[in-house]
Amino acid sequence: MNTETMTVDAPKASSRGMQKNRPIEEIKSVVIRFVGDSGDGMQLTGNEFSKAIARAGHDFATHPDYPSEIRAPTGTLFGVSGYQIQFSSGQVFTSGDAPDVLVAMNPAALKTNLSDVKHGGMIIANSGAFNKVNLTKAGYQSNPLEDGTLTDFRLYSIDISEFTTQALKDTGIAKKEIGRCKNYYALGLMLCLYSRPLESEEGNIRAKFAKKPEIAEANVIALRAGYAYAESTEMFVSTYQVRAADIAPGRYRSLTGNHAAALGFAAASELSKVPLFLGSYPITPATDILQELSALKHFNITTFQAEDEIAGICSAIGAAYGGVLGLTTTSGPGMALKTEALGLAVMLELPLVIVNVQRGGPSTGLPTKVEQSDLLQAVYGRNGECPIPVIASRSPADCFDCAIEAFRLAVKYMTPVIFLSDGGIGNAAEPWRIPDPASLPRLDVKFRTDPEGFQPYARDENLARAWVRPGTPGMEHRVGGLEKDFLTGNISHNPINHERMVAVRAAKVAGIAKDIPALTVEGPDSGDLLIVGWGSTYGSIVQAREQAVLAGKSVAHVHLRHLNPLPDDLGEIMSRYKAVLVPELNLGQLSKLLRERYLRDVIVMSKMQGKMFKVSEIHYRILELC
Amino acid sequence: MNQMTEIKPLTRKDFESDQDVRWCPGCGDYALLAQVQKLLPTLGIPRENFAFISGIGCSSRFPYYMETYGMHSIHGRAPAIASGLKLARPDLSVWVVSGDGDSLAIGGNHFIHAMRRNIGLKMILLNNRIYGLTKGQYSPTSEFGKKTKTTPLGSIDRPFSPVSVALGAGATFVARTVDSDHPHLLETLKRAAEHPGTAFVEVLQNCVVFNDGAYNALSDRESRADARILLEHGKPMLFGKDGNKGIRMRGFEPEVVTVGENGITEADLMVHDETAANGGLAFFLSQFAAPLPVPLGVFRAVDSPVYETLNQQLAADARANKGQGALEKLFNSGDTWTID
Repeated sequence: MNTETMTVDAPKASSRGMQKNRPIEEIKSVVIRFVGDSGDGMQLTGNEFSKAIARAGHDFATHPDYPSEIRAPTGTLFGVSGYQIQFSSGQVFTSGDAPDVLVAMNPAALKTNLSDVKHGGMIIANSGAFNKVNLTKAGYQSNPLEDGTLTDFRLYSIDISEFTTQALKDTGIAKKEIGRCKNYYALGLMLCLYSRPLESEEGNIRAKFAKKPEIAEANVIALRAGYAYAESTEMFVSTYQVRAADIAPGRYRSLTGNHAAALGFAAASELSKVPLFLGSYPITPATDILQELSALKHFNITTFQAEDEIAGICSAIGAAYGGVLGLTTTSGPGMALKTEALGLAVMLELPLVIVNVQRGGPSTGLPTKVEQSDLLQAVYGRNGECPIPVIASRSPADCFDCAIEAFRLAVKYMTPVIFLSDGGIGNAAEPWRIPDPASLPRLDVKFRTDPEGFQPYARDENLARAWVRPGTPGMEHRVGGLEKDFLTGNISHNPINHERMVAVRAAKVAGIAKDIPALTVEGPDSGDLLIVGWGSTYGSIVQAREQAVLAGKSVAHVHLRHLNPLPDDLGEIMSRYKAVLVPELNLGQLSKLLRERYLRDVIVMSKMQGKMFKVSEIHYRILELC
Repeated sequence: MNQMTEIKPLTRKDFESDQDVRWCPGCGDYALLAQVQKLLPTLGIPRENFAFISGIGCSSRFPYYMETYGMHSIHGRAPAIASGLKLARPDLSVWVVSGDGDSLAIGGNHFIHAMRRNIGLKMILLNNRIYGLTKGQYSPTSEFGKKTKTTPLGSIDRPFSPVSVALGAGATFVARTVDSDHPHLLETLKRAAEHPGTAFVEVLQNCVVFNDGAYNALSDRESRADARILLEHGKPMLFGKDGNKGIRMRGFEPEVVTVGENGITEADLMVHDETAANGGLAFFLSQFAAPLPVPLGVFRAVDSPVYETLNQQLAADARANKGQGALEKLFNSGDTWTID
């Protein structure tokens, strides 16, 4: 892995003497979307562009949007893959509502994305791909680059395919390989337009293609050619510069939510000095966590790619029984399969963390798209009275903290904990301020070794039973899914005992409420409207609220990490506002929980399109309500 | 470490829990429990290092009766739970006790993958060819045509052989024994206990309530010598009450012959080889059906890399290459930048 480190590049013209005659237009923030065929390398282009943006000291947020087909037939509408980034000189909370700039590598990409682009926005189109075949596949009767379709936009029609071929004609690499370099041409072009230097990217390319030096060279040539083209062409009237953001000093790196979660779990193991065991089965969009942790075998981490979702959680339960941190990661359909084992974990009262990186449902649903529709499944979806604490992350970087929080609760209360992330934050990236490991909370884990007076189901002040590692002499005991005696854990069918056990399991989880930090309310202490959010809607709500405040509205925002149990202070906070708005990417699942718990109505704001809320959508809803 | 256990040798009593055993009187599960409790003290393993994991079914009550660590889990999942436990704790002796429904119906997937990986579990399958706990429905090992509560007109399911399934999944140790022959049961369990990697033992077990007499031919002292053949490594395949019946190959078909008749000698008989790298012989034996005798004993016992050992080696290699993992370095890897 590339381990380069650098301080922020001061905004400057590149060493290649760029843009001497062209004005530099300063902008506050910009939203750029790269779109092309799923095999075109748009995710890579977007990722590399975001790295360059990170180095410039901007705050940013990204959103990859790709089809569930790996390489759909070329040129088709359903095969379009996109990557959006917003960066700014201020704080960035979302990847942006509408692109200011669309880089479209073929007609299908243009067709499927054009309606999102801001009126008057910039479109950079690879005209070389706008041939008859591709136009037909995209359903265009005539060429939109030529027929006036795009008169409301600033169109830059550039034959990226041909220019890339020209640039690489002397390299001797195969035509097919040349075709694959055009994304780097596009990247070079964009780096020039946004005043970013080439050198770091060249280093990235050489590192990425270290095993194929001739391909690395070809990509570097394509990158430079794209850059040079943007530099020299008369087409662009200005280049753009976004000032470095005023963000907290420190060392940063860009992390996706899944990567951040993996680092958080590694940290939980180190902080508790207890090994970690991940039992998992690959499923979009959660697989990255398994992959990331699989590369960390030099930590005290075991990863086990199980034969199915059920074996994923069951192996983690077995490991937890053995005295290590048990973890399983999945997405909605996998969660459904794990349900029975979740009940077992509740009965065994062993620490276990289950990550659900939610996607569109039901059934196979929308595997690569975002949704928050597994909340009620997480809170209630099991047979019997089966309470499990539920937490949710609000952003990619927040996944790190949630991973640690999940295990903090799991080991302290001897319980499975469900950690909800989603496809919107699992794959999206944002800057993560690297913490000093010494500043992270210790996780206190005690294994009981004293057989004197030991009762497997005796409880401490948190109603947690003791964790005993097999291999501890004199404490041999059996656990299982059958109802058990209140103290000994032996099978018990006693009616009063069952009622008592149901009550104590419920009380244990409910008691976690006292362990949740006081909520932070952004905005006025009381007023017309409170927005209650959870999970990945955070960024959109924050920006929408800020805009509404600028418009003179009295609106506050509280964002929940803990969803079961709900924080103790939430009811009182809600009571201070005339109305409560709950935006969520489902039909109102948190809303249901809030109504049930607090016996007051809330306003559901729902979106079920496999997409995040736009800031504007929430903003307009606020304006309608106050 | 465990001086207490070294000072006082363990006995069978030490492995009996204080729970009342609740199987039906006469159930074959009692035999297994007694033989396991007899075997464990002889293995030189401290009692606290045993863990028994089970799923659901009559046989899966087993862990409650063992004074060891144990878990009575959910239907079919015991191999998955035990795999996680063994990977997390290779120092433990992990046993799975299961039945034909638990292992081969609802838990078939976990069963074959445990075999495939060769993870160090001792897996015992009590095969009574019926669902006992739910009171008498057919199982994946019930005979074709069998009448049960859910097959009142006779079963149209074709049964499969647990030994064949295990072999097909690549098991490195596969054996079969019967509840009624206690010495054979004990010896087979001992062999399994000694095998590194997955050790699979099918125990033909009588259900006195719902499938009584399923293995009468094997338990009846008069008839059993003709009904079974005891597999012995390196020995010709002889059986019968006079010890003169044998198995001879005729092309790819086995046949029963009598030594001393028609010029047949022991040299004409098949010789058992449990260590054959090719599992063909073991599979061939696992498919024996009447009028051929039921093979009992070790079908296959081969050395093969053990999953948890390989896993430990991966970790050791990773540490040798990268050093013991440290958060500071992990956090700061990749593309980083500094804001002053």
